[in-house]
Amino acid sequence: MKRGKKALINAGTFAAFMGPSLIAFICVLLIPLVYGIYLTFTNYSPITGTQDYVGFQNFAAIFSDKEYLGQFLKTLRYVFYSTIFCNVLAFILAYLLTSNVKGQNFFRAGFFTPNLIGGIVLGYIWKFIFANVITLIGKSLEYEPLMMSFLTHPERAIWAMIIVTVWQYAGYLMMIYVAGFVSIPKDILEASDIDGATGLKKLFKVTIPMMVPSFIICFFISISRGFMSYDLNLALTNGQPYGSTRLAAMHIYQKAFQANQYGVGQAEAIVLFIAVAIAAVSQVLLTKRYEVEA
Amino acid sequence: MKKKTSNKWAKYIVICVLLAIFLVPFYLMVINSFKTTQQFVSSPFSLPDKIDFDNYAQAFEKMNFLNAIGNSAIITSISVVLILLTSSMAAYFLVRHKWRINKIIFAVLVASMIVPFQAIMIPLVSIYGKLDLMNSKWVLIFMYLGFGQAFAIFIFHGFIKNIPLEMEEAALIDGCNKMQSFFRIVFPLLRPVITTVLILDVLWIWNDYLLPSLVLLSPQERTLPLSTYNFFSSYSVDFAPLMAGLVLTILPVLIVYLFCQKQIIRGVVQGAIK
Repeated sequence: MKRGKKALINAGTFAAFMGPSLIAFICVLLIPLVYGIYLTFTNYSPITGTQDYVGFQNFAAIFSDKEYLGQFLKTLRYVFYSTIFCNVLAFILAYLLTSNVKGQNFFRAGFFTPNLIGGIVLGYIWKFIFANVITLIGKSLEYEPLMMSFLTHPERAIWAMIIVTVWQYAGYLMMIYVAGFVSIPKDILEASDIDGATGLKKLFKVTIPMMVPSFIICFFISISRGFMSYDLNLALTNGQPYGSTRLAAMHIYQKAFQANQYGVGQAEAIVLFIAVAIAAVSQVLLTKRYEVEA
Repeated sequence: MKKKTSNKWAKYIVICVLLAIFLVPFYLMVINSFKTTQQFVSSPFSLPDKIDFDNYAQAFEKMNFLNAIGNSAIITSISVVLILLTSSMAAYFLVRHKWRINKIIFAVLVASMIVPFQAIMIPLVSIYGKLDLMNSKWVLIFMYLGFGQAFAIFIFHGFIKNIPLEMEEAALIDGCNKMQSFFRIVFPLLRPVITTVLILDVLWIWNDYLLPSLVLLSPQERTLPLSTYNFFSSYSVDFAPLMAGLVLTILPVLIVYLFCQKQIIRGVVQGAIK
């Protein structure tokens, strides 16, 4: 009797404390996730109303779809270059802004600004810069490559995406590297000074190995955000010209909501999910090998 | 010694040049928002002849700015308050009761953080569409509540773990029930992490485009990013008012940033490192 009452009270507090949280989580995330896996095996379309079991047909459709594969490779290229450039720039900024420069807080805040603003707005600002400002500079300098807008050039448009992505996230990653620089124990740096390490040698032999955890976080963030990039893509290029900048996330959106092939779109989303997980986890494992104890 | 100071100057100049390059897009946006489209196209770098707010008036009206910013404010504030309340309670319960089911729940929550939104988006739309629950602020708020849980619980969990039990035990002896001891004793101690979660969630929800674009279909319900997008796709030739529209969209965030940049930067970095 007493045990029963205790269990009842426990269940009551469980419901009071966990209930709202769990209900929202299950309804919004868990159920759609499971239902989504089921959707990949159907030909569901809200227009035709069909929802039949089709086995692995959707996955087969992805891997025989040359266009999707091309866009997937493009996404990989975009993620690769934006991750590298963004981290290099962020690291340099953090290095400069932790060396006791006057007003470094002001500078840090300035570089961080783009992160407060959504991808849609940032994309539109840059759209005009690429279309009107850079072409004008190109004309006045009579420098051929700048005279035509990056956004209408099938090869260069993806570079416009990379440039804006680097600009958008460099300040954010910079702050994480700053935290990394600051957390290096002073005595280690002093010891290396006494041992005669200077300048670049100190940077590569002491500072960088001590900052491996920051590298892991920053690469993780830039890789996963790169694969998910949608807002910026939509505002800046909208996949143009000729679909040359349609990244994976946008492809999924269009497949599902414009072509009404929910099953194929969802199968592509699952493939993307797996790709992100593989890229992110292997990055962490690779980088972890270089971690050193302080 | 001399080498050291010249080195410092070199660094200083590099930083200033980089910052200038970084902020040029914003500068161009602001000066061109006061020009006519003609002037903008012919000389984007020149300062405007006169400050007039015609473009702003036009953007304000066409974006239905007051309505959009009102929607954004309602959705962001209610979602964030609810996320903070529910997730801190859940995290507290998960820390203080080491039941097997709680361990499983926590593991599922943490694992769910790596699922990208794109993997949920299509089934989410088809389920809520079938139930005819689209086009409502309240459903959108409920969705944010669901998507916000995992990260917020994770952060609160890490913090509550380190709060000693003694005070709560004393409160229980004094006759507080679980709820009271949570809200009177634990919740006030959470302030630093509440700020972190608050900042990250406000920035996320305020700037989010994709989820509201799927849920909020009627023009009346549009949030700020949606109305910016719509303004751009319907008036894409008239550049100058569009720039004014962008300034209007960014302004509220920048004003807040001006006053609490320290907390915002700290919050964002804390959220990333954990």
